[in-house]
Amino acid sequence: MTASAATAAAGPAEAERRRAARRHLFGRAALYATAILAGLLAAGPFVWAAITALKQDPDLYNPANNPFLFNPAPTLEHVRYLFDETAFLTFAWNTLWVGLLVVAITLVLGIPAAYSLARLDRPWSGPMGVAIFFVYLIPPSLLFLSLSRIVAGIGLQDSTWSLVLIYPTITIPVSVWLLIGYLKAIPRDIEEQAMVDGYSRLGAFLRTVVPLALPGVVAVVVFAFTLTASEFIYALAFISPTHEKVISTGVPTELVRGDVFFWQSLQAATVLVAVPIAFVFNLFLERLVAGFTVGAVKG
Amino acid sequence: MAEAEAVRREAVLPAAGARRRLSDRDGVLAWLFLLPSVVYIVALVAIPFVLAIAFSFSDVTAGDPSFDWAGLRNYQRIFDDPVFWRSLQNTLVFTAISMTLIVVFGKILANVLVADFRGKWLVRFLVLLPWTTPVALSSIAWLWLLDSIYSPIDWVLRQLGLIQTNTYWLGRPYLAMSSVIAVHVWRLVPLAAVIMVAGLVAIPKEVQEQAQVDGAGFWRRMFEITIPLTLPVIAVAALFGAIFTFTDMTVVYILTRGGPTNSTQVLASWAFIRGIEGGDVAQGAAIALFLFPLLLAAAIAILRAVRRMEVL
Repeated sequence: MTASAATAAAGPAEAERRRAARRHLFGRAALYATAILAGLLAAGPFVWAAITALKQDPDLYNPANNPFLFNPAPTLEHVRYLFDETAFLTFAWNTLWVGLLVVAITLVLGIPAAYSLARLDRPWSGPMGVAIFFVYLIPPSLLFLSLSRIVAGIGLQDSTWSLVLIYPTITIPVSVWLLIGYLKAIPRDIEEQAMVDGYSRLGAFLRTVVPLALPGVVAVVVFAFTLTASEFIYALAFISPTHEKVISTGVPTELVRGDVFFWQSLQAATVLVAVPIAFVFNLFLERLVAGFTVGAVKG
Repeated sequence: MAEAEAVRREAVLPAAGARRRLSDRDGVLAWLFLLPSVVYIVALVAIPFVLAIAFSFSDVTAGDPSFDWAGLRNYQRIFDDPVFWRSLQNTLVFTAISMTLIVVFGKILANVLVADFRGKWLVRFLVLLPWTTPVALSSIAWLWLLDSIYSPIDWVLRQLGLIQTNTYWLGRPYLAMSSVIAVHVWRLVPLAAVIMVAGLVAIPKEVQEQAQVDGAGFWRRMFEITIPLTLPVIAVAALFGAIFTFTDMTVVYILTRGGPTNSTQVLASWAFIRGIEGGDVAQGAAIALFLFPLLLAAAIAILRAVRRMEVL
């Protein structure tokens, strides 16, 4: 009571300050509440997948049991099954090497293309950038039928190599788009100085631009790898033998036999794949955001 | 490489001609740099695209890949098929609803992600999970979450006394449609948020601070400064959300296979079921082709809107 009387006495400036402080406090509370809610909604299915992965059968298949607790003790049996009795490690290995090769192809083709569009100032640079963006509008769900005939025609049907060939069509456009952003952010003076020092345009590109763009390139590597790891339609349409499959098709098709779902092993696979990818992605998020800014807004 | 060396040696020649040669060389280099990517994309996107159009006028099947002209017969057949119209309608409805929700929730999430607070790294990691996880795997997690008997959502609702029996999330047409939309929104909100964060970061700090000094509250700053200034980025986020929902078949394929009785079938999944599983490549191609004009129209509309806003 005395406090508020004192405030009133202190004049309008003090009242204003207190109102601002209250508003600030309320804003912080709302921020934390939204952040926690968002985290729970986003990660909820994975948290529950992790719990499910460790459940015993009698626990899991009893609708009366609390699904968020271990009623009988947790077991690693289903995780062991995933590694020992299924081709999960083969799928993971296939995803990894396909992803790395695709990323390599993407960088070798994409960095020069982005440099050409960002720096070499041809009259067609602008329209070509838009054209590359429009490649997005011809999605895998439109191309998989004719591509599966092409893949069969060149003898790559049922081979993981078909994905190495086809995935760059997804990763190159988006990578070029992001890379244009990173390259535009490098001051022109730097290459011009290198050229004054006697390097050719190509030399300046290789010796100054590429090293400076490296952080952006790393972000592109992460992004492109994630895209290839997530792809589903091509992998499903091109490949049927178990040992040629990748994670995104192998897990949902090989861990389901008819109507029998190996639920715990499926959930274990989901968590084991999801967590590392999101972790690495989080490390490079700021770079990606920067790429989107320049690429999306000024591209 | 050898060619580039030769060109480079020329560059150290007298400066008079060097300037002109430099610009000439830029032109050649620009093409040399761009050509491999263009060839790759033409060979594996443009040609298959044309091939898809050709297939849609043919009688190609998985068993008999020889090409015979069939005229408009495939289109006639899909137009007579109620499942096609249902798929088309679902595709449009799913995309429109998802896009709206993705933009709204993406905007909220973006506001959280630009702020500074304790535990931000963890929240960012958790929030990224739905987007960075392969769609097929996160759909599997959802399939179990929406299970007809063991769904934990049902369990919670039962404990709260809201339902007596099970909900059968994927077994009833409207619930199944809502589930598919929910999964799309869930997995694409992080992407939209990341794109919008990019826009928010680009707003000069002074603008916000000045508005704050002038006494503009949170909502006023939001609607009169932040949103107008980031509209182009919001449009880009909307475009990505729309494209990814519109063209995706994974969520539908894993959650419902288009069921119950095709009530969640979309163009992409229907094309897959017809073209790959049914082996009728020609008809599958004809169905999938309907994705293109709609995508093109949406993209042009949004890009033009962005252009107009940038001119302002």
